[in-house]
Amino acid sequence: MAADPLPTSHALPSPFSTSTTPLTLIAQGAEALLYHTTFLSPTTPCALKIRPAKPWRHPTLDKRLTRQRILAEARVLVKCLREGVAVPAVLGLDWETGWMAMQWIDGGSVKEAVRGRDVSVNGADGVLKGLMRRIGRAVGGLHAAGVVHGDLTTSNMMLRPIAGETADRLRGEIVLIDFGLATQTVQEEDRAVDLYVLERAFGSTHPREEGTFPEVLEGYREVFKGAKGTLRRLEEVRMRGRKKSMVG
Amino acid sequence: MESIVVPHLPAHTLHVGLFKDVENPTFLRQQLLEGNTDYQYAFADASMVASRQAVLAACSRAIDDSIFGRMKTRNLHSEIVFALSAINNISESFRRMGIQDTTKHVLAMKVLNESVTASQVDAFLGEHVHGTVVAFTDEELSSMQDVPRIRKIYKLPPAGKDKSAKTLSKTDEAIVIGSMALRGS
Repeated sequence: MAADPLPTSHALPSPFSTSTTPLTLIAQGAEALLYHTTFLSPTTPCALKIRPAKPWRHPTLDKRLTRQRILAEARVLVKCLREGVAVPAVLGLDWETGWMAMQWIDGGSVKEAVRGRDVSVNGADGVLKGLMRRIGRAVGGLHAAGVVHGDLTTSNMMLRPIAGETADRLRGEIVLIDFGLATQTVQEEDRAVDLYVLERAFGSTHPREEGTFPEVLEGYREVFKGAKGTLRRLEEVRMRGRKKSMVG
Repeated sequence: MESIVVPHLPAHTLHVGLFKDVENPTFLRQQLLEGNTDYQYAFADASMVASRQAVLAACSRAIDDSIFGRMKTRNLHSEIVFALSAINNISESFRRMGIQDTTKHVLAMKVLNESVTASQVDAFLGEHVHGTVVAFTDEELSSMQDVPRIRKIYKLPPAGKDKSAKTLSKTDEAIVIGSMALRGS
């Protein structure tokens, strides 16, 4: 996340195009722009995800894809809320113009927390292991709800401070964010790939901490009944890589 | 009663009055059914309203749909009542969320424009809605809510054993708002 607003050439959809409420661009991906603003009330911070029209796509196709993707993400988030998985709430959306307003999650990403952790203090490893265990429980809860995230990385996990607890960087509640690639599935394969993607991403983002990854799988086992099958499948995925079919 | 300007919708000031123990719901409903043009208001059954945020979400949705000419009902105010619902059936939505003969507490909402001021709305509602005006807060709303019915209508997950089933949690509220936003998708 950049501190300075990034330049953008995209026109915002209404009503944001004429809004007098400040909008700050905080991230820009291939598919969407993410703004920090307020929604519903001036004291409700929100993350606004805008999927601008792609001028190189046929307008009809573009509309259909935007609609499908906005709705898929919103449906997954509401499903997670119903199943008790900690995710941002959906505050509003418009699938025709391509935006979705989500609850703003306080705190920083797990990536920042792990990178910035103090390794010199006593018990630093224990705290890290506790965090890894909580990550596993969060992912296990998600999979138990019949959802795979599709892009599990430590930057797509927030550490929301818990009221009344010491503001240690590695404490807090794990909240999964960015469900843009999420799918509702009951396939063991999809869950195994989800874990595999996280394992690989974690290893390359946090090479020094890679040895603690088994804690994630331990936490996963604690909360998800089908963990055994998924972890067996994970062994297979590790052998062959993420792609099952040898095409593409 | 309270005027509210929602972020990103500066041109659509909302004016909201929450009325407790309303004595004339039948009369008010009759005016809406007859299409009395003096009654350009959204009247919701306050016992079905999950929270203040849910109301603002419904108003935003209705305004957004009206800007793009996508309204499914006759006017912006009926659209607000419809937007409080998570189902697509308009008449069933009005039955659930709108004012009924048996309604006790009424939430009146109006989108102001150049020809109507907040004080005119206050005067009109004060004269025609026979009830006690209370603050439009979650606290007041929670004293009016029919929680079991809200749970049923929005298909909320059963409340945990530890938590009291008599109140809605923050997650329940989020599910209500999310379901409203997904209506019609």
